[in-house]
Amino acid sequence: MLTDLEWEALTLSLRISSVAVAAILIPGICIAWVLARHEFRGKAMLDGLIHLPLVLPPVVVGYLLLVGLGRRSPLGSWLKDTFDISLPFTWQGAALAGGVMAFPLLVRAVRLSLEAVDPRLEAAAHTLGAGHLRVFLTITLPLAVPGILTGGVLAFARSLSEFGATITFAANIPDETRTLPLALYTLIQMPGREDAAARLCVVSIVVAMISLMASEWLARRTRKRLGGRDA
Amino acid sequence: MLELNVTKQLGDFTLDANLKAPAQGVTALFGQSGSGKTSLLRMLAGLDRPEHGLICIDDTVFVDTERRLFIPPHKRRLGVVFQEALLFPHYSVRGNLEYGMAVGAKAEFDMLVELLGIEHLLGRMPGVLSGGEARRVAIGRALLTKPRMLLMDEPLTGLDGARKQELLSYIMRLTHEVDIPVLFVSHDTQEVMAIADRLALVEKGRVVASGELGAMLTQSELSAQLGGFAATSLLKARWTAHDDMTGLSWFELDDGQRLALSRVECVADDILHIQVNVHDVALALSRPTGTSFINMLDAEIEALTEGQQGGVELTLRLGDQCLRAQVTPYVADALGLREGLPVIALIRSASLARQRRSRAS
Repeated sequence: MLTDLEWEALTLSLRISSVAVAAILIPGICIAWVLARHEFRGKAMLDGLIHLPLVLPPVVVGYLLLVGLGRRSPLGSWLKDTFDISLPFTWQGAALAGGVMAFPLLVRAVRLSLEAVDPRLEAAAHTLGAGHLRVFLTITLPLAVPGILTGGVLAFARSLSEFGATITFAANIPDETRTLPLALYTLIQMPGREDAAARLCVVSIVVAMISLMASEWLARRTRKRLGGRDA
Repeated sequence: MLELNVTKQLGDFTLDANLKAPAQGVTALFGQSGSGKTSLLRMLAGLDRPEHGLICIDDTVFVDTERRLFIPPHKRRLGVVFQEALLFPHYSVRGNLEYGMAVGAKAEFDMLVELLGIEHLLGRMPGVLSGGEARRVAIGRALLTKPRMLLMDEPLTGLDGARKQELLSYIMRLTHEVDIPVLFVSHDTQEVMAIADRLALVEKGRVVASGELGAMLTQSELSAQLGGFAATSLLKARWTAHDDMTGLSWFELDDGQRLALSRVECVADDILHIQVNVHDVALALSRPTGTSFINMLDAEIEALTEGQQGGVELTLRLGDQCLRAQVTPYVADALGLREGLPVIALIRSASLARQRRSRAS
């Protein structure tokens, strides 16, 4: 049904987005929790910094990543020398670009769901002898699961559709960083490949629809598990 | 001994409370809403911090601002039952009960579940429970942590009459059968009469008086604050006998005088609180004959004060206990009532406020 090229772009996209979401999930939850439950100096600053990728042109984000993590930058050369990791122009780099772009969406959704958890339930758990970590892991986090799922799927979709930061930081290398949007872009550039471009466009729509429906289904399932009344 | 001496500014409301109460039996924090009772409970639980002060139970210090000491709530071993049950919606009833269960509380699990009548709910999720059921589970959940004290913040609020009575009777059973000190926050006189041993009166952020419930009720200077208690005296009495012929139960006061109530179920040495309304006490200078009064007690007038609505409030001494009565100024004058005068208190009717096992004293 799908050609090798299409299949390659699709699996690469799914792999890169999965890695991106997996990588930002835990830091995203931590930062969302800090923003939801704590007041501190510089909170507005941190909040703004996290939301920056949402409003900056993606190319700027890609450029900043290149400047910050390129082979000649201090951090980039340290990564290369110590761990033999090179991010620019690799699929890991594409995952990083997708992750950075998706991060604000994840944090937003998780923060909203954490704020919706009744702090009195957490207080009740404290009085039952649970320390902060146990309260977070057994009360706060499970009750925020619907929001975390929504945020995760949103981040996944955002990462799938990532173009500007990826092409700037990780370039457009077949079978390495050529994800669905980049493959689509490449086809559009070639005269006479309109059919192939249209096919990829349909693939993108189907993937996006499936992930949205999956998130809706998961959210409904967890809501059912949480509240007996809705069951 | 529970000691609480705290100050805190909450907006333009100042909390400046000093409370000492034995850490046993049921102590009620009584006051109108907004008087600061719940804030006191939250500070004791560790959910709020006082600006200055000391909070301790026996030798365990929870808060001492001078030494910069603050024990977090999860290390205080205090069971808290909140106004709403606050069950964890993602755990079953059993999961809720076991959440903070102390090691070695397994044996008590079955006993408590039965006592609270929640066996049939164990597999359910909290979302499907009724208000009364949820609160019973919350009480069980708090008790299973084996706390050193149980704090209850108006656990009966928001329940309708029948449900309230039902939960109240469960709580009363608990206070009989589980030996744990309870601090009970309430603004409802019926609740307090039913379960409290001691009363601490909270007003505008201060504890204005505290003491044994019976003694507090006879303090006429508190009658304005305790108006809701409908001028009632409580007499402690020990059950002595049933009389099947008359259908009466006989009780003995601590000064040896006897008192009858229509038959109540009790066992030897049960100590009961008998509730007598001031309007049900009549006075005579000598023991009358041929009356319908069964209960005639020798007493001595300890104090006469001007009561509300122009009446004369009398405090009558019966051994170590006090009984309140009220007469019109005309009667007080005609009988020549004065302090130290022996009188006969004629009790028209009395009812049982509460039954408590003999371990109470």
